[in-house]
Amino acid sequence: MKVILRQPRREVEVNGVNSVRKLLDRMGIVGESVLVIRGDELLTPDAVLKEEDVVELRPVISGG
Amino acid sequence: MKCRICRQGAVIEVRRHNAAFCRSHFVEHIHRQVERTIHDHGMFSPTDRLLLGVSGGKDSLALWAILTTLGYAVDGVYLHLGIGDYSSESLELTQRFAEGRGLTLRVVDLPEEQGFGVPEAARAGRRSPCSACGLSKRYLLNKAADDLGYDVLVMGHNLDDEAATLFANVLGWQTEYLARQRPVLPATEGGLARKVKPLIRVAERETAAYAILQGIDYEVEECPMAGGNTINRYKKWLDTLEEESPGLKTRFLTGFFERGQASFATMAPPELRSCEVCGQPTTGEVCAFCHLRRVTLEIVAR
Repeated sequence: MKVILRQPRREVEVNGVNSVRKLLDRMGIVGESVLVIRGDELLTPDAVLKEEDVVELRPVISGG
Repeated sequence: MKCRICRQGAVIEVRRHNAAFCRSHFVEHIHRQVERTIHDHGMFSPTDRLLLGVSGGKDSLALWAILTTLGYAVDGVYLHLGIGDYSSESLELTQRFAEGRGLTLRVVDLPEEQGFGVPEAARAGRRSPCSACGLSKRYLLNKAADDLGYDVLVMGHNLDDEAATLFANVLGWQTEYLARQRPVLPATEGGLARKVKPLIRVAERETAAYAILQGIDYEVEECPMAGGNTINRYKKWLDTLEEESPGLKTRFLTGFFERGQASFATMAPPELRSCEVCGQPTTGEVCAFCHLRRVTLEIVAR
């Protein structure tokens, strides 16, 4: 699936994970520090992911 | 995951409350948290003239939306700090938000009004960019509330901001700062506006989620001058602890407000006088902002 990262904005391809929790584990990201967005919905850690999904991992720390 | 209230599909898990919420119950939950904070700390009443510091980020825009929904009339003030495209983009997002909701936005332009921006101030002084920025923001927000006749200055600091600041103040045993870290700072005779923080019960993750769920377009990127910022580093450490121990940040902060803060608050507050240059409150003869302005303008003129 395509994963959009921010600060700065960039995209990476991640394969072989089928849930948000597994995606965060794979990326080594602390769940508390990001929101996981697919389209206009927010995803909880148990949400199922598919290979064709586009998912944004948006850091919750922003601005200044 | 299911919503704790209606058992429909949840959109967010809030581990520190051992709960998950659907969209509408999460929004209600946030409104309730803010309303409770305003009430418990007697922050303001619907008749007060409120001025909210808005940056174009998630916290201030979410708070503007929340307070408006709760029935408070709040005007916003945006400080243009002269940080290139970042300042212009943030201003545009703030203007679009205010126009879309028919809200009054006031803009203070630091470079236009004072002849320098935060990048110049950071280069000129011996301060970090975040320190020069914080000093300028505190000064300009207080001056705006004073000049424009508002009763209360409302700030968008969230639970994470306050917990990280507390962590920093404790690590350095900054007792003067600990004495002043409160949800409400009363107005002083010397000209400091009443300052309140209604988001102290709401985590950064939750204000971001609120903004996304309410369709609020906010500045997602970090300030280009904030790289390596100490407070952001402390936030990341606290997040790692929170992941292992949900509720830790809340316990740390509310424990301080309920049991720790009083010990520091007994210290006599510094005596304030009027700055000889601008008339704003200060502990010395010339306030820190006027000193920063003088040094920066000297360097800019070279």
